[in-house]
Amino acid sequence: MNLLLCVITPFLGAALVAAVARLGTWQAAAAAAGVTLAAGAWLAPLVGGTFQGTTLIERYTWMPREGLDLTFRLDGFGLLFALMILGIGLLVILYARWYFSPQDRLGRFYTGMMLFMGSMLGVVLSENLIQLLIFWELTSLSSFLLISYWQQRTEARQGARMALTVTGMGGLALLGGILLLGQITGSYDLSVVLAAGDQVRAHPLYLPTLLLILLGAFTKSAQFPFHFWLPNAMAAPTPVSAYLHSATMVKAGVFLLARLFPTLSGTPEWTWIVSLTGLTTLLIGAVFALFKHDLKGLLAYSTISHLGLITLLFGLGTPLAALAGVFHIINHATFKASLFMAAGIIDHETGTRDMRRINGMWGVMPYTATLAMVAAAAMAGVPLFNGFLSKEMFFTETLGTVAQLRFGWLLPLTAIVAGIFAVAYSLRFIHDVFFNGAPIDLPRTPHEPSRWMRLPVEVLVALCLLVGMLPALTVEPLLAIAARGVLQGPLPPHSIAIWHGFTPALWMSLIALTGGVLVYEGRRPLFALAARLEGRLEARRPYDWLVAGVFGVARWVTVRLDLASLQRMLFLFVLSALALGMAGFWSAPMPLTGAGPLLPFDPVSLLVALGLAACTASVVVLHRSRLIALILLGAVGLIVSLIFAKFSAPDLALTQLSVEVVTIVLLLLALYFLPQSTPAESSRPRQVRDLLLALAAGGGNAALAWAVLTRPAESIADWFLTHSLPGGGGANVVNVILVDFRGFDTLGEITVLALAGLGIYAMLDGLRLPAPAADAQGRAWDPDAHPLIMASLVRLLLPLALLVAVYILLRGHQLPGGGFIAGLVTAVALIMQYLANGVAWTRARLPANLHPLIAAGLLIATMTGLGSLALGYPFLTSSFVHFHWALVGDFELASAMAFDLGVYLVVVGATLLILIHLGLVHDLSRPPAEEPR
Amino acid sequence: MSHLVIAPLLLPLLAGILLLLLRGMDLRWRRGLALAAVLGQLALALLLTRAVADGDILVYALGNWPAPFGICLVADRLAAWLLVTTALLALFALAYGSLGTDRAGRHFHVLFQLELFGLNGAFLTGDLFNLFVFFEVLLIASYGLLLHGGGRLRTRAALHYVVINLAGSALFLIAAGLFYGLLGTLNLADLAVQVAAVSPDRLPLVRAAGLLLFGVFALKAALVPLSLWLPGAYANTSAPVAALFAIMTKVGAYAILRLSTLVFGGALIIDWLLPLALLTLAVGMIGATGSDRLRAQVAYLVLASVGTLLTAFGLGSAAGIAAGLYYLPHSTFAAAALFLLADQIAGQRGDLADRLEPGPVLGRHWVLGVLFFLCAIAMAGLPPLSGFIGKFLILRAALDRPSAPWVLGVVLVGGLLALMALARSGSRLFYKTIDSAPAADTPTPPGAALGLVAGLLALGVAMTLWAGPLNDYTDAIARQLLHPAGYVQAVLGPRGGARP
Repeated sequence: MNLLLCVITPFLGAALVAAVARLGTWQAAAAAAGVTLAAGAWLAPLVGGTFQGTTLIERYTWMPREGLDLTFRLDGFGLLFALMILGIGLLVILYARWYFSPQDRLGRFYTGMMLFMGSMLGVVLSENLIQLLIFWELTSLSSFLLISYWQQRTEARQGARMALTVTGMGGLALLGGILLLGQITGSYDLSVVLAAGDQVRAHPLYLPTLLLILLGAFTKSAQFPFHFWLPNAMAAPTPVSAYLHSATMVKAGVFLLARLFPTLSGTPEWTWIVSLTGLTTLLIGAVFALFKHDLKGLLAYSTISHLGLITLLFGLGTPLAALAGVFHIINHATFKASLFMAAGIIDHETGTRDMRRINGMWGVMPYTATLAMVAAAAMAGVPLFNGFLSKEMFFTETLGTVAQLRFGWLLPLTAIVAGIFAVAYSLRFIHDVFFNGAPIDLPRTPHEPSRWMRLPVEVLVALCLLVGMLPALTVEPLLAIAARGVLQGPLPPHSIAIWHGFTPALWMSLIALTGGVLVYEGRRPLFALAARLEGRLEARRPYDWLVAGVFGVARWVTVRLDLASLQRMLFLFVLSALALGMAGFWSAPMPLTGAGPLLPFDPVSLLVALGLAACTASVVVLHRSRLIALILLGAVGLIVSLIFAKFSAPDLALTQLSVEVVTIVLLLLALYFLPQSTPAESSRPRQVRDLLLALAAGGGNAALAWAVLTRPAESIADWFLTHSLPGGGGANVVNVILVDFRGFDTLGEITVLALAGLGIYAMLDGLRLPAPAADAQGRAWDPDAHPLIMASLVRLLLPLALLVAVYILLRGHQLPGGGFIAGLVTAVALIMQYLANGVAWTRARLPANLHPLIAAGLLIATMTGLGSLALGYPFLTSSFVHFHWALVGDFELASAMAFDLGVYLVVVGATLLILIHLGLVHDLSRPPAEEPR
Repeated sequence: MSHLVIAPLLLPLLAGILLLLLRGMDLRWRRGLALAAVLGQLALALLLTRAVADGDILVYALGNWPAPFGICLVADRLAAWLLVTTALLALFALAYGSLGTDRAGRHFHVLFQLELFGLNGAFLTGDLFNLFVFFEVLLIASYGLLLHGGGRLRTRAALHYVVINLAGSALFLIAAGLFYGLLGTLNLADLAVQVAAVSPDRLPLVRAAGLLLFGVFALKAALVPLSLWLPGAYANTSAPVAALFAIMTKVGAYAILRLSTLVFGGALIIDWLLPLALLTLAVGMIGATGSDRLRAQVAYLVLASVGTLLTAFGLGSAAGIAAGLYYLPHSTFAAAALFLLADQIAGQRGDLADRLEPGPVLGRHWVLGVLFFLCAIAMAGLPPLSGFIGKFLILRAALDRPSAPWVLGVVLVGGLLALMALARSGSRLFYKTIDSAPAADTPTPPGAALGLVAGLLALGVAMTLWAGPLNDYTDAIARQLLHPAGYVQAVLGPRGGARP
């Protein structure tokens, strides 16, 4: 339980800190410190066991089937990191309390820091690698919040985004790598992965796995060529830099290298990639650091260089090198965190970080200067300070490769050059800031900072000294268990001591120290050279270029995608349909024409078919004259209804006929407000293209229809014919299908109709369009809008039409008819009233509010269905009774007829709703004087 | 025969009718009624989930007509899963709509309920033509909702939406007609039986019909190249409608999954699906990176999530389908949360609206900022929210497929693009502020609206915490889908579809 609690405490603590921060800065700092101590307290009881060499694993079930359980692991290496995270975290909390100015929101900083601390603890205490990745990404996200703390500054925003992009990219690559690793080993658990080294290294997926994981590690640890994000992240407040960019987050990358060292190392690929990357980073970081005038810039590049050094050590692949790597992780964390804090103090006191202006601080803050000098000496690798010890081990290890590799001698040589520059930039940090004349034009007058602000630096510097002078008494046990955790095996024989005699490594240290002093002495021409190259060698430039390119290309593509062109959508749709249809059609050889019998050929049918084709073609040709095209469209519909009639489908013919009438009337009404002709918009090539596509799609459709219709049909249709009367109580199979067998479809369709009515009402409600005063040819409308004869005739027709509608409705179950057709007939009759007498006249006599009618129709239909539920049958189960009525004769009364009534009401209601509101758009736009009489 | 199967359809239908009848009633009552109806649907969906959890497939023969002659509803694990997702999403979208959007036009609540009727029907029906009917219900209801509130851009986008979808309906009819002409049935289970036994001289035609149907569903799902309608429609409509629409593309994805597993037994469509899905994912991410408006960006992220989802389905394995089904509700909730949040952000910025340009400091700046940060994490699939789990499951399922390098590459690079794009948006909206104060009459974002966004995010958190059981359930769904014989038997009886 302890490990889970240790990791979770900072996350929960983040909420606590955010809440407490309202009370004041001290309270916020105290809460943050308390949370850190609490997290440490969960860990404390486990320390003893870890020092005895046990590896503690805690498992909580999460997604066991996917190999993803919440699993924590505490071994020596994890403990080392946890101690650094918590210990330096505590110091940074104290330091930050003094660093920030009163107008900064400390609560936000501490909250972000708690989140980060929890994420980082999660990384180092994870047993499951996917879980490690989750925390890994969380460190990227929380560091985004911390780097962007001063979000009003451009460089803070840019630095944060850059860090997030680069480390986020690494995180995604790492995810891929871990997935592959899991695929190879069959588990994401470190215990399994660490034991499966041979299997992993021999696997064909080893190289991609390695590359992806290294991409993750290198981006996080700011290795060349991804190092540039780190200097740009210096826009963060200095406590953030001290914590994230020296001791913790950037160490996550090398942590991962060390963690997977037993699994991945020991191959030529590992050695070459990791050590070359480390070597390059070591050198580039050291050289660039010297030329940075920004205090934190210098430290950032120095960090890069030291991370390169650690990476190089792990890249060498020997157990002793790995041990040295772990040792340098500890040493670097202590001296670099204290240097960042010292830099923060100087920045805080002087108001600038430019070393060309900050000079002679020795006179103002000798105490801070002493602390900084100790830390800088450790950074330079001066004997008696901790940096010296690990650096000497490093030199020793580089010498080991001379005999093994062809150009092995390059390694110690480069190491010495980097060492020289490390001494030079450390010297510059001290000399430029604390001596070198008087300060130039400082924004503030510096003096020694608060005692509490120095305390964290003192603690860290004391550690540098203690470790540097008494390594065996201080760091040795911790280092031993940590290195054992890394190597997963016995430690190689080693001795950490200040004095090993006049070894080659000592000579290398001496050369570096002397050389560094010399380089610093001769810095002026070098600075001049650097000034000339300023900006040209920045790796940031290709990054900026790349990011701008990504956004630019994406924008270019998006603008071209997002044309809101309906024509293009339809073009692609038809093209896709054509491609899909053809792919199916030609997927296997097959005769186009099937073996089914064809109907006998008769000339009338041919004539009708030709008429249909001619009308359809004319619609296409004449589509610019909208009125004519619309009339031709009506003709197409009428011919279709004739075809229905010919094939003995009177219901369909009736429906088609009435639908056609209503549709054309509605379209005519809408057309009144639209231009009478469509302008030619397509270019000639595009017309040809569209024509070809249309012909192909239409031809394809025809081919499919031909192929299907010429094959003998077997379907469930016979069942409907036999069951219609005995089962559904109706002789009209079409109607029984509509209201009974597939009544649920009809319920859906009347809902669609109702929705269409409501939708159009919602769209037109309140819409006022200027009605054209004249037609397309400029002729004024006939002043007699509602001719008397027509009006009278239509009024006379109304009762007759309604009678027909009722008749059709009632007989529908047995003979052609039904609610749908009856509804349309009624609608047509009423539409004629509106057309002949005007909307206003008709509205005065007919209910204008059609919503209740629609709702009632839907309700009746639904209730009919629900009735059967009450009787214990499924929804929409129909029942019917046979009646004998004198005069009328025998007939069946089916519950489905009530359903049909619902259909009827919805059809009437929805159609009229649409019509009236189309009319109202028109009517109200006229001046009152022209209101129809 | 349990009426529980049809209850999720009757409830929104009756609620819609009732709301239409009571349209003169005080808005508060109507809101209450609508919310109660959605809560009822949630309860029904949960009951149904429990009823089918053991692997039972409930069949409801409408009108008491036996399959394949009548229409039947079929509730299996997949249908129940989607019903729960829909009801949860609807609850939040409706609650947000009830904060004032429903005043902007007519019939918001009626359309909303009938849209749910269409959604639930599409998930439950076991009949191809009935599916067409529910697609029509969905289309017209969503058209009405898209238009809700009006405006030039909105009307244009809605017109495009309805026209392209009517073209889709026409193709649906063609395909359904072909199926009926060739196989003589429209019942999905019966189609599965007939397709398996089809004679060689009809097989290419059946394939053509199946692929045309795939084209229709791909249009609904916004699979590239049939995706051009989506960004405009989603980016320009009102926020609760956009949020509800987060499930709309999933209807297409559902239909593709159903068709390919049940009717075509895992063959035919799969070959097309994976490459197109990856392309969709890529286009979505590029669009999100190239957007200059937040809501357009979210719309493109929805497109990318469609690509991710169909990539998972396109793997064809149980693991892939299970991963996709876990990802489906996540991406739905995350997109909805982001749409709602974008509305609140846009409402604060005056004429700048949701354009990704520096604007004034927003009211409740930090709350909005934190919510945006979380929404972005969810949407980009970063840890620790459910998006990461979904992505992890999908990638894991892809590993033992030959397409693994492609899937890994596109999904991971897509994730990076999303990260970059959202980081830029967040930076511009919340960090790069100009000094002017917001206009005096700008209302601060109401706590209720932000609470709803947080609620949707909380769903994602819950999905993360209970990822294990949920993953077990989606795995059970996938296994059920890959053994369609159970479905066929449940619908047609043990005879397995021998015609009388």
